[in-house]
Amino acid sequence: MAANEKTFNLNERAPSARVEEKLYSVRFKTDEEQSHLIVLDTEMCARCVDKPCTIFCPVSVYKWETEDHKISVSYEKCVECGACRIGCPYFNIEWHYPKGGFGVQYKNG
Amino acid sequence: MMNGNGAPHDDGVADKVAGEKFDVVVVGAGLAGTAAAYLLATAGLSVVCIERGDEPGTKNMMGGILYRQPTEKIIPGWWRDAPVERPIVEERMWLLTADSMLQAGFKSNRYAEEPFNAFSVLRVKFDKWFAEKAVAAGAILITSTVVEDVIRENGRIVGVKTGRPDGDVRADVVIAADGVNSLLSKKAGLHGERAPNQVALATKEVISMSREKIEDRFLLNANEGATIEIFGDSTMGMLGYGFIYTNRDSLSVGVGALLSDFIKKKVNPNDLMERFKAHPMLKKLLEGGESKEYMAHLIPEGGASSMPPVYTDGMLVVGDAAGMSNAIYREGSNLALASAKLAVQTILEARERNDFSARSLSRYKALLDDSFIMKDLQMYSRTSGYFQGKSEFFELYPELLVQAAHELLTVDSVPKRDKQRRILRQLLGQRAPWDLVKDSLGVLRALT
Repeated sequence: MAANEKTFNLNERAPSARVEEKLYSVRFKTDEEQSHLIVLDTEMCARCVDKPCTIFCPVSVYKWETEDHKISVSYEKCVECGACRIGCPYFNIEWHYPKGGFGVQYKNG
Repeated sequence: MMNGNGAPHDDGVADKVAGEKFDVVVVGAGLAGTAAAYLLATAGLSVVCIERGDEPGTKNMMGGILYRQPTEKIIPGWWRDAPVERPIVEERMWLLTADSMLQAGFKSNRYAEEPFNAFSVLRVKFDKWFAEKAVAAGAILITSTVVEDVIRENGRIVGVKTGRPDGDVRADVVIAADGVNSLLSKKAGLHGERAPNQVALATKEVISMSREKIEDRFLLNANEGATIEIFGDSTMGMLGYGFIYTNRDSLSVGVGALLSDFIKKKVNPNDLMERFKAHPMLKKLLEGGESKEYMAHLIPEGGASSMPPVYTDGMLVVGDAAGMSNAIYREGSNLALASAKLAVQTILEARERNDFSARSLSRYKALLDDSFIMKDLQMYSRTSGYFQGKSEFFELYPELLVQAAHELLTVDSVPKRDKQRRILRQLLGQRAPWDLVKDSLGVLRALT
């Protein structure tokens, strides 16, 4: 099956707006000084055809900025799942835990 | 607990611990880490547990089912005291297509009374309670602190470096209980990185709903709970499933699939969640509920074949950090607890020999191999290996089964024998006979 050829129109509702909306209810303590996610080589992202991190990140931390020609990293909304570290086809994301006590702070879990 | 009002780097205890030497340092206050800390402290060892969250639990997520019996092996009678949501009296399984659903389930009143079988839990509440138990038993808990590396001396691990100034903590043994991402076991050189087909990515929402509404919609007596595991359309052919678990006054609604499938299919997990919740078969169950929290977490996949080495000189790896999860049976929490118990047994024995070398700690692997943990994870390797890349099991077969049910149950004056033939024709039209035989045998082999 050519499953990978399909592109899905999943929802009528605008999905990117939805995740932003949902994140209002998630508690974060943001480290204003530094990102715990680092894109190592921005050239690599430009060459990366699918840019899968912009799709599979569950909170859409990564966005391709066409004008700047690079991936922007909204680390402040990262829920620290770790998928980007594993899913980047070029191992181009350096992934740390946020500093102790910073980052997402779930209320339910 | 030691966190100073949630303000990071703001408590005195961590400073007292720095530079100290303990019998054991446990990294991570999840289920495995806290269980280990609790058992070690109970056995009279000096143990410090280091957690990066501001409180135990705030970085943790699971579907939400904790089993009574495995947890009793750590704390007998735990559920009488712990913040559980609801005892699970019914488990359902749905096969979902775009507009239909085929279901199976098991409900028993035996599950509604002591000693119970399973409970829904919310990890932030539960983990906090569990960690308090470990502290009461004598373990030292340090929160808001990241463990950044191991300390090595003469080739063996003798403690950990934390993110605090002068934050070295020394111990005879380090237990890596730092979850599925386990940066620590990577630092210790135990393994490189998981592949995208060795983790599942799950999102979950906690959706608030009144108790009465939950009990009406799920046909439950007061305070009883139900689970629904949902296969098929929930993951759009990806290897995984969705679920709904009832909490006290909320629902845990989640859906997860292999990360490699998300990548291949170019599916965004939040879109998948939205699509899942909007399914006509779920809509009524969720109607009026308000999403209180959205979360995402990885689950180690692949069973035994994707596990790292679980011991080295001065270190043991437990729970998700060791890749212990058996998704098809919704198990993980029990493996975490059981592995912690075996790790503790190993350490107690190693103390008698006063030998914390890899050779001495290899006893842990032997104990694991001998237990249900490795037996099940070996089997799960076969299961998950078999289903990988076979999207027909998550797309075509649910569709065919629903079609068959539809055909059989639609009353339209067609003789039953003709209906049976029609079902068979449909089946053979979609899948060659040889493939059907192969698939049936394959599933049988994969599951046994």
